[in-house]
Amino acid sequence: MIRGRAVEKRYGRKRVLTGVDLAVPAGGFAVVTGPNGSGKTTLLRLLAGLAAPSRGDLVIGAERSRVGYLAHEPLVYRELSAAENLDLYGRLYRVRERRERVGMLLERFGLWDVRNERVSTYSRGMTQRLALCRTLLHDPELLVLDEPYSALDEDGAALVDRELDGLAGSRTFVVATHDPARLESLATQRVALA
Amino acid sequence: MTYLADVAALTRKDLRVELRGRDTLPAMLLFVLATLVVFHFALPEGSGDTAAYGLLWVAIVFTALLGLARAWVPEQEHRVLDGLVLAPCDRSAIWLGKTLATLVFLLAAQAVALPVFVLFFEPLHAAALAGVVLADVGICAVGSLMAAMAAASRAREVLLPLLVLPLAIPLIVGGVGAAVSADAERFILFLLLYDAVFAVLSWASFEYVVTE
Repeated sequence: MIRGRAVEKRYGRKRVLTGVDLAVPAGGFAVVTGPNGSGKTTLLRLLAGLAAPSRGDLVIGAERSRVGYLAHEPLVYRELSAAENLDLYGRLYRVRERRERVGMLLERFGLWDVRNERVSTYSRGMTQRLALCRTLLHDPELLVLDEPYSALDEDGAALVDRELDGLAGSRTFVVATHDPARLESLATQRVALA
Repeated sequence: MTYLADVAALTRKDLRVELRGRDTLPAMLLFVLATLVVFHFALPEGSGDTAAYGLLWVAIVFTALLGLARAWVPEQEHRVLDGLVLAPCDRSAIWLGKTLATLVFLLAAQAVALPVFVLFFEPLHAAALAGVVLADVGICAVGSLMAAMAAASRAREVLLPLLVLPLAIPLIVGGVGAAVSADAERFILFLLLYDAVFAVLSWASFEYVVTE
């Protein structure tokens, strides 16, 4: 699914990612670890297709429409409600039976009762749940997740565990985390950035 | 059809965000009205049509700049632009949606400002109105692209006028010409040509502005 050789990313003169090799087969679960500033987020942006490598080869075996990217930021409009945000993304991703899919995800992530309230009124944890809904909305085959447990309480984290458990094996995952122990049982490989 | 549906969804989203936040349109309205009031008192009596039309264009360009400066703010919050760029739709649809929404805000501001201009200064004839609308299209098309470029920079407030104003000069020449020249048709055609060329250029180059 993913093959990268000597992948490097520079912004101007600043080198933020150096010589990364990785190969993640379809159905694999790669956990990316490393200290702050090691380039985890940059690597994930490359894998999601938001940036191109400055050097090296990177081949992603999934179309843009089949990649789900959970970023540090939730990538949703603050002035729109959860339902409106997901409806917009559902249209752009051409999700079939959009309304049913949106409703199902909102219910699964505990946001159904607040679906018509503006995102600006949500807590950080609720916004992260909505970001997870957005990531899963179009049923992606490659999931690129940057700190999926960020800002979630125990219930929210357990919800993410359940989702990852259910999808692992049938989808390809690349997950950056500061808590690799939590994903130990799912991980098929580890990518350590220095 | 899918492309137009994407553009419609993105434009609707921008109008809805503005309707809720009310960040852009009230500021544009207040600015253009305040500017016209200031010009009303600043312009000596008997200055004539030409000076009044010139001042109208100063008000229009800076009101548009105000709207353009706010155009990509909702996308900057929570980095929503990344989410839109990742979607499998044609990326130029994002630019076109933003251009149409900005055009709606500018036209709405002018729907209030132009009657005030007529009240304070001179009546606007059909060619002058056509010049205003065509220049609006051009400034929103080019401005949305430049605002997206500026939004990616730390010095966005400084960069935006530096990028937009030189490109707006032909629009001002065309708009003022359509209002005061005896040969207004020539200026209208010039504005049409400018709109067509720069809209196509902006449409084609947006993808390169939003990808790293």
